[in-house]
Amino acid sequence: MIPEIGHYSLILTLFVALAQGWIALAGAARNNATWIAFARPAARAQFLLVLISFVLLAWSFAVNDFSVSYVAQNSNSYLPWFYRLAAVWGGHEGSLLLWLLMQTGWAFAVSVFSKQLPDVMVARVLGVLGLVTAGFLLFVLLTSNPFDRLIPAPTDGMDLNPLLQDVGLIFHPPLLYMGYVGFSVVFAFAIASLLAGQLDSTWARWSRPWATAAWLFLTLGIALGSWWAYYELGWGGWWFWDPVENSSFVPWLVGTALIHSLAVTEKRASFKNWTVLLAISTFALSLLGAFLVRSGVLTSVHAFATDPRRGVFLLLLFAVVVGTSLLIFALRAPKVGMGGRFDLISRESLLLVNNVLLTVAAAAVLLGTLYPLFIDALGMGKLSVGPPYFNAVFVPLMVPALILMALGPVANWKTAKVRTLTKHLNVPAIVAVTAGIATPFAFGRWSLLVAMGIALAAWIATAAVLGIFQRVRATRTGLLAQPRSWLGMHVAHLGIAVFTVGVTLVMAYETEQDVRMAPGETVNAGAYDLIFHGVTEALGPNYVAQVGEIALSRDGDEIRTLRPEKRNYFSSDMPMTEAAIDANGLRHVYVALGEPLGGDAWSVRVYYKPFVDWIWIGCILMALGGLLAISDRRYRLKKRERRARSTAARAAT
Amino acid sequence: MSRWWLPLLFVFLALPAWAGDHAAETRMLSIAEELRCLVCQNESIAASRADLAVDLRQQIREQIQAGRTDDDIRAYMVERYGDFILYRPPLKATTVLLWFGPLLLLAFGIGLLAITLRRRRANRLDERLSLDEQRRARALLGQTNDVGDLR
Amino acid sequence: MNRLLLPFAGFAVLVAFLAFGLTLKPSEVPSPFIDKPAPDFTLPQLDNPSETFSPSAMKGEVWLLNVWASWCYACLEEHPVIMDLATTHALPVVGLNYKDIRQEAIAWLERHGDSYRLSVSDTNGRVGIDYGVYGVPETFVLDKNGVIRYKHIGPVTPSAVRDTLLPLIRELQK
Repeated sequence: MIPEIGHYSLILTLFVALAQGWIALAGAARNNATWIAFARPAARAQFLLVLISFVLLAWSFAVNDFSVSYVAQNSNSYLPWFYRLAAVWGGHEGSLLLWLLMQTGWAFAVSVFSKQLPDVMVARVLGVLGLVTAGFLLFVLLTSNPFDRLIPAPTDGMDLNPLLQDVGLIFHPPLLYMGYVGFSVVFAFAIASLLAGQLDSTWARWSRPWATAAWLFLTLGIALGSWWAYYELGWGGWWFWDPVENSSFVPWLVGTALIHSLAVTEKRASFKNWTVLLAISTFALSLLGAFLVRSGVLTSVHAFATDPRRGVFLLLLFAVVVGTSLLIFALRAPKVGMGGRFDLISRESLLLVNNVLLTVAAAAVLLGTLYPLFIDALGMGKLSVGPPYFNAVFVPLMVPALILMALGPVANWKTAKVRTLTKHLNVPAIVAVTAGIATPFAFGRWSLLVAMGIALAAWIATAAVLGIFQRVRATRTGLLAQPRSWLGMHVAHLGIAVFTVGVTLVMAYETEQDVRMAPGETVNAGAYDLIFHGVTEALGPNYVAQVGEIALSRDGDEIRTLRPEKRNYFSSDMPMTEAAIDANGLRHVYVALGEPLGGDAWSVRVYYKPFVDWIWIGCILMALGGLLAISDRRYRLKKRERRARSTAARAAT
Repeated sequence: MSRWWLPLLFVFLALPAWAGDHAAETRMLSIAEELRCLVCQNESIAASRADLAVDLRQQIREQIQAGRTDDDIRAYMVERYGDFILYRPPLKATTVLLWFGPLLLLAFGIGLLAITLRRRRANRLDERLSLDEQRRARALLGQTNDVGDLR
Repeated sequence: MNRLLLPFAGFAVLVAFLAFGLTLKPSEVPSPFIDKPAPDFTLPQLDNPSETFSPSAMKGEVWLLNVWASWCYACLEEHPVIMDLATTHALPVVGLNYKDIRQEAIAWLERHGDSYRLSVSDTNGRVGIDYGVYGVPETFVLDKNGVIRYKHIGPVTPSAVRDTLLPLIRELQK
């Protein structure tokens, strides 16, 4: 009974979404106040209905209802309860329900946090979001219903894929989807403005916090995915340029271009068409990513179980949503109205170069990801495009972008004098060159790539810190009194600098050893000694583990015991490695068990990874910067203004 | 068991072989890292646990010991499995667009930006307010009285 | 107006490619040996290890090389189809017993039937690598001159026999 209620709830949501789409959009076109007023409550109703569905699916997992096919495929009575709940989004159908929850959730947020926007505008935005939701609901109801029954019900389920039985699964998909789906809001704002025929800087001002919010979630989602792969797969890799990873990275790159372009359009009303195109593209790329991952068109370790019917439907959804949007763009985008003028060297032009670099980088990654498909479709053979290509193409594009990162914030809007720029950037330049040249020596091996990476990071970091310091001193009001969006920018840029340090040092100075170890033997990794003390067996809730014991010490002082595991889950043939990591913020010592080699000996992989944490710390800083930006005073001013206006109105009567 | 030292002896005898193999092992891994595992298709042959990957790693080790160059070994793999096994797509007629695409896109993007910026400047320079519009502008900005004379 | 339609045009091309992509099989690796002479080898026969076999022994005949193993589940699925090809269609099929244990392979054939002309033991998988084998089962079609004409990846299905293999074999036998 309960799964059926969940199912019916989704069907009901579909009707509400379709109704909202038509009524709100038609109401906005005819300026019918009653129809327009339908938008907000309809959005909230959709969210509540999907929430009910979601909770009921989670309930089915919690009580081990294996008569629901999806639960039987992804769960097991031995599965610990927190993984049973996370298993709700462990498979294709459930993850789509999570997507729907986010989609209606963001619409709900728009319906609440839009008091200062004209109702007509809100109706249009919610109408567009309602139609997108309807599209996904059709997809779920027609091809991917999580509430399908399995009769007769098995006595136990097939268990969650052991690779997913990890804390990463609990947070990675939700964060990622918050990002993907979040970009549908700025997309809806763009379409709404095009439909209204009103494309001015106010559109940019309203959409900007929504775009930044989506961006920060996507940043965290991708970072968490990278960290999870690092410790879960047992090989110490943190980015593989896998098609599914690229599917999330490409919208991130375009989303970054978007939040910078929105700044230009908001401040100077320039390049509105370009910003609108970016807004449409970011969400389009989210949809493309969803298609690539679930259709079987590209091979990947991440890919969900594929079904050609789903691929066709998703492609149709992608084609309809994006095709319609681009047609609306072609028909309604204004042909005149250039906005403020600016010089060849100004903050606007620098931001636009940033946009070009980011967009070309996104196009390059997309090209590499889709090229095998193009070549195969044209009958020209089978190719494979892997990390060597992406690294060769992506890194050179990012170098100028990193250089610009210090220039942009100190350039004035409209016109920037080269002399002012050099005055601000003298110190960062000196620090950068010095740090770049000196750092490799500290690691024992000089390398030009390391020097360049460190120099770029130091360049950005020094400029950011100096900028903050100078402004605090000039305004004399303290760090926390500075505008949050400005602080956010510097924190996010600092995050990129930290990230660059991590990537550069890890790739240049990491060491890897795959050695045979018998009990009592020692292996050295840098300054560290690891002594193998054999393997014992342990029983987990749904697995049997071989637990290794390795003593980590440095210069004779014991630091701790590392316990890497090799787990055999009851439900799967593939053994899982659980790596053991000792982290101190400046390096990881990473140990993973290989294979038993006879006697008591095992093959053991030992990695020394300097500064690898800085990769993810950098990402967290970027997200923190985004968070600061959306908490800026000006987005909260409206409330105060409204209160002031209402008190003034009351006083006047 | 009585001869407990026997395993240790074997390990001890094997140690010199292990030490010399280290450079060859590193070379094997660097070649294997650029080859795609055909079974688990998104892992490299260096990282994959599949049987075929283990076999191919062994093949590479043997070829290194037989004195083959890196290019020879890669050619050996391509001969049997096609270009698909290479993570770094070879530069051929069919991959020219792939390798030069990003550069072309960048040139196109920068070019488009330059043209657009220059066209904006040209247009802006032609725009000038008429005398009437200038007076209205000043009035709106509060710098003149209603008649249009500067305050 | 024209310029603003460019994004839509590019998008339409992309969708066309993706739609076509849905019909492709991205994980299948085509063989670089099509229309090339089959790599030579000499392997011991499964039943009689003191005797060896080389592909040159099959010159003048159109034949199939079927890669199989006793540990391979899909091989069990395709086995009746292979046997049918060998008996009903009188096609010589040579089995390449890939990375298997001799006793288990022999037992498997006893249990499930053996209509191979003969099987050879590729215990360490080297010949498999020489032929570009990356999974089991795989089946090669070779012509009278020992040139590989077709490689079937995965279990041979009745529809594959009907639509692809038999027409090709008939063609080669002319």
